[in-house]
Amino acid sequence: MSSVAGRAIAIVSFAELPPAERDTTREEAELVQPVVAEALARAGLDRKDVGFVCSGSCDYLIGRPFSFVAALDGVAPWPPIRESHVEMDGAWALYEAWVRLRCGDIDTAVVYAYGKSSLGDLPRVLAQQLDPYYLAPLGVDADALAGLQARALVDAGRAGERELASVREGRRISDGAAAIVLAVGDVARRLAKRPAWIRGIDHRIETHQLGARDLTRSSSTRLAAEHAGAFGRNPDVALLHAAFAHEEIILKDALGLDAATTEIPPPRADPMIVAGLTRLGRAASRILDGTAGRALAHATSGPCMQQNLVCVLDGAPEVAP
Amino acid sequence: MQHDGFEAPYRLEYTYRRSTGPVIGRFLGALRDRRLEGVKTSAGRVLSPPGEYDPETGEDVGAPIDVGPGGVVTTWTWIAEPKPLHPVARPFAWALVRLDGADTAMLHAVDVGGDSGNIRTGLRVSPRWRAVRTGSIRDLECFVPEDLSARTEVRTLATESSGPVAMMPSSVQLDYTITAGRHLSTYLRALATKRIVGGRCPSCTKVYLPPRGACPTCGVPADAETEVADRGTVTTFCIIRIPFDAAPFPPPYASVAVLLDGADMPIFHLVRGVEPEEVRMGMRVRAVWVPDAELGPTLASIRWFEPSGEPDASYESIEGHL
Repeated sequence: MSSVAGRAIAIVSFAELPPAERDTTREEAELVQPVVAEALARAGLDRKDVGFVCSGSCDYLIGRPFSFVAALDGVAPWPPIRESHVEMDGAWALYEAWVRLRCGDIDTAVVYAYGKSSLGDLPRVLAQQLDPYYLAPLGVDADALAGLQARALVDAGRAGERELASVREGRRISDGAAAIVLAVGDVARRLAKRPAWIRGIDHRIETHQLGARDLTRSSSTRLAAEHAGAFGRNPDVALLHAAFAHEEIILKDALGLDAATTEIPPPRADPMIVAGLTRLGRAASRILDGTAGRALAHATSGPCMQQNLVCVLDGAPEVAP
Repeated sequence: MQHDGFEAPYRLEYTYRRSTGPVIGRFLGALRDRRLEGVKTSAGRVLSPPGEYDPETGEDVGAPIDVGPGGVVTTWTWIAEPKPLHPVARPFAWALVRLDGADTAMLHAVDVGGDSGNIRTGLRVSPRWRAVRTGSIRDLECFVPEDLSARTEVRTLATESSGPVAMMPSSVQLDYTITAGRHLSTYLRALATKRIVGGRCPSCTKVYLPPRGACPTCGVPADAETEVADRGTVTTFCIIRIPFDAAPFPPPYASVAVLLDGADMPIFHLVRGVEPEEVRMGMRVRAVWVPDAELGPTLASIRWFEPSGEPDASYESIEGHL
């Protein structure tokens, strides 16, 4: 919780490329450069004043080992910058940047993510994160596992033909990138008229053994939400990261969301590895533009939503300046 | 530079083998003997397939115990178009199967004769074993409805253990269509017409070769197309004396970094027409292009560099480009 360290941290700007079904014109740095430049420009922050840079990407998506190194040109890493990377959705890169800002010695961070799912076979690529002993040799892929989860929800009486059809349609493929600028306390107030303060953020993971999980519930989402302080006050808007319709049902249940009191925009075909970060960015945008007082953002990763991140954003900081 | 980038097929392959450890290795060995095992946690839960630790407490698991061979489908999904790597050739279901005596479920294929009307949650199933078994989850070919298996399989359980499996193949093969991006594509296309095109940063005016999506100093696209000369200066070099499979010539020969006139980044190539011992920093060289019929969108359109005969360039002219 931000009160522990006594430093209020906020999202002060967000930029994303419009998702393209297939982008053959941009390689890594070309995806990253425009969104980072735009996010910095919106915050009015000079790149030389950025304290920390953290990115999320996945080499398997692009098929090129250490592709994040090639992408670094997009953030101008010379003279040398403080930089880190997660081989995950950019939402987890934001979590690392948030932790880094709490160390107290820097005031700003840039977080970005880029993904090109169109280059390979995404369900097969995602299968690389499955258990190598019991699942990988079978050739099962991520979309088939989503089908198991959807059926489990149908059997539990909480989903129907619409959700099964969503799985049969398959995962939508797109390429893109997104960037977020984080800032601390008075710096955040200087960079944004109405910063989106991170009131709580947490992520939790469940066992890798699929058959040991209750696929009809998301205990990791529930626990992350508790620790992020998501319960007690309904958010005005909630941005959920779900690839399939049944996942939304599970998430709404875990987060205790009610469509009557919380606006829940429908999911879009956002790029893998970028989609979670865009949930944080779009939720923050609603605070930044004054159309929401409190927003919830969620990001997911892994087979059948094994890992989940929840972030609560608010127009008012918890910590006194 | 509005045109699309180049693209090409590309296969990523990792030919790893993987150690199994005592718990999983034992389970895989049992599969080879046509037996299904689980492990008991300290709370009394039976995990099958076994894990090395209790996912709820992180504690070590206990000794293995026999489970199955029958079980029940707890959820499933239909695969109408099986792929070559799948365990069943005709349409089948992936299912989570909770084996008799286990508290967790195993993911595997269920063959119900190709008709999705035959699969349902709650269906009782039995394993169908492969004739040739290697100590893999695939030794269990798939599950089949229990009554069907009773007719088709004579149960002949092995009486002796063949022991645990220590290592297993764990290779990765992924196919991609990779793209070069528009900057690199511009550079490659130009090479097919004996031109060398870099990208100038509009901010610091450095000319990157090949062009880059962003100037690493300024963070803006370095995309002002700038043609550079096909001659330049050797900034550094390496003499190759050890033969290897992909070597372009029998050693010794020299690899060089050449700063082409008009560029700020050297490119890497070969130099010929000079004894390797005579290659030096500051040496002036020019490109030797392949015959026109062999030109293509590749740096191999330049066969190699050779001395141009010009006097050596000063150290000062290259010192900012090393």
